[in-house]
Amino acid sequence: MARKHREIGKAGWGYTAVASVVGLIYFFPVLWIILTAFKTRTDALAVPPKLFFTPTFENFTSVFYRASITTGSSQATDMGLYFFNSIFIAFTSVGLALIVGTIAAYAFSRYPLKGNDTYLFIILTTRMMPPIVVIIPIFLMFRLSGLAGSYWGIILLYTAFNIPFSVWLVKSFFDELNPEIEDAARMDGATERRVFFNFCIPQVLAGLSATFVFGLILTWNEFLFALLLTGVETRTVPVAMARTLGGEVGVDYGLLAAIVTLFLIPIFFVTFLLQNQLLRGVTFGTVKK
Amino acid sequence: MTIKLNKLTKRFGSLTAVDAIDLDVGDGEVLCLLGPSGCGKTTTLRMVAGLEAATEGDVMLGGKRVNELAPRQRNVAMSFQFYALYPSLSVADNLAYPLHAEKLSGAEIEKRVAQVAKTLQLESILKRTPSQLAEGEKQRVAVGRSIIRDPQCFLFDEPLSRLDVQLREEMRGEIKEVLQDLSRPTVIVTHDQLEALTMADRIAVMRDGRIEQVDTPHNVFQSPSNLFVAGFIGTPQMNLIPATLKGSNGDGLADFAFEGEQSLKIKVDPAVSKLSPGAKVTLGIRPRNLEMSVEPTEDSLSTKIDMVEPMGAETLAHMHDGYHDLRLVTDWRVPLSEGDLMHTRFPPDTTHIFTEDEQVLRSAP
Repeated sequence: MARKHREIGKAGWGYTAVASVVGLIYFFPVLWIILTAFKTRTDALAVPPKLFFTPTFENFTSVFYRASITTGSSQATDMGLYFFNSIFIAFTSVGLALIVGTIAAYAFSRYPLKGNDTYLFIILTTRMMPPIVVIIPIFLMFRLSGLAGSYWGIILLYTAFNIPFSVWLVKSFFDELNPEIEDAARMDGATERRVFFNFCIPQVLAGLSATFVFGLILTWNEFLFALLLTGVETRTVPVAMARTLGGEVGVDYGLLAAIVTLFLIPIFFVTFLLQNQLLRGVTFGTVKK
Repeated sequence: MTIKLNKLTKRFGSLTAVDAIDLDVGDGEVLCLLGPSGCGKTTTLRMVAGLEAATEGDVMLGGKRVNELAPRQRNVAMSFQFYALYPSLSVADNLAYPLHAEKLSGAEIEKRVAQVAKTLQLESILKRTPSQLAEGEKQRVAVGRSIIRDPQCFLFDEPLSRLDVQLREEMRGEIKEVLQDLSRPTVIVTHDQLEALTMADRIAVMRDGRIEQVDTPHNVFQSPSNLFVAGFIGTPQMNLIPATLKGSNGDGLADFAFEGEQSLKIKVDPAVSKLSPGAKVTLGIRPRNLEMSVEPTEDSLSTKIDMVEPMGAETLAHMHDGYHDLRLVTDWRVPLSEGDLMHTRFPPDTTHIFTEDEQVLRSAP
């Protein structure tokens, strides 16, 4: 049905007010963290919280450089490495899961086997239990196979965790396509590979973007497996963040807030980059053209 | 070039979608596969295209068995029900796509695109993408994309089903014109009998995976070979009245008794004499062939008019004799009103007699 879209900016004051309030409620914790990142230790702990203060970049500097108490000179921390690890591990595993998931989803959607639903259900069951249930067997497997602490270990694990999600989501996008277009391409001389890459993939790009971002957010925030299965060299930011808690001088809220703020940037950047595709992907199937 | 289907069968699990059909389509011939939804006509088309593998039987194109060839190796052009335009390509690129597979030069491709665009009046929309097109334009692009090549045959799946009535009539003429210029076998799948009657050289009427009759539009309409075809083709539907044969004599006259007291004596085809008295038959006559009479006659049935529907140039009257419903179409000037009693005569040359196994009784011409 061709319903006329409401023009942007003509939503009326009532809607705008409600949307602003809801937006503010959701965004408030994030705003607080970001503000705290720019506060000195005294300001951060002030009661009542200060809304107006003199911003400082001290916290951000101390994420990467720490003044040594004994020598007085500043010393580089490993935080740069941890940020690299987080980015490298998350992007690689979500990317791998998306590639494998897309190919599998296409097969499930276009070449249904006997017992197709059973296979799909089995794939889904891996997401049904809380991850903590399998943590001991996985930990032991990683120890035995020597994967513990390596990049490949944690990447493979995250890939495995992301594949079911990717298969299900991408399959729903393939299911929505008009299969006649693929048949038409076949009639017009396209090979199966060409049908897949030149005709199917371009039509589900929005869906692939949405799947990628959802997977990325899940993986980016993952803490439990990262805590147990990464080593000193492969530690991710969430684990590193947890390690700043405690210590001899109590919790350094400014430092923590600065790490969180930096931690937000990559996800924010990716989401922003894909926002048009993402919106189309999320509303795919619900809004009929 | 010809298409020949030989005992072609398709089964989906325990369901037989197409049941051992034989069909020939000659060079330059337009054949319509006509039937209700789910009768296997699209499956048949897809097997010719290679999009569906045949369970049994052969698909022969130009005398060569092509069962094992992939669609792209068969050199067949097909247009789809939902047009299947490539959404990310412009109209010009959509038209040109089939030519890339033929490895033509850029100049040659451009020339052909321009030529097809001219034939189908697409010149002004060549740069648009499919989402910016109206239904009728999409349809024309879909047709254009299938005729741009020089394939072994053309296949059209429900080409006009998505268009509104006016556009449909317009496109029917246009497609017919385009098809006449293509000297290749063409198969059109449709559930719309008017489409089939107007566009086809021959019609194959299908039901439940079988072909019930293959003949020219005229013959399918005038001489249906069985009860299904008789009832399926023609609007309003043919009157089909069950009767019992009382007897026939040597001069070709036969007596039929209907439920109720009425009977009918008409001249029948010599083939009727093969039936023994008491045989159950069905009389079929089109609403436009029934004649009205003021006085009761030997070859008429007395009926009462239930409802009158003016249809413009003609009037459709629904009548009944207490046991059967009859439909009659007559000129709009004939005054008819509800409750009128009327005698309807069955002219012998347009009355069809079907046996109990639903086949028509007609001696070979």
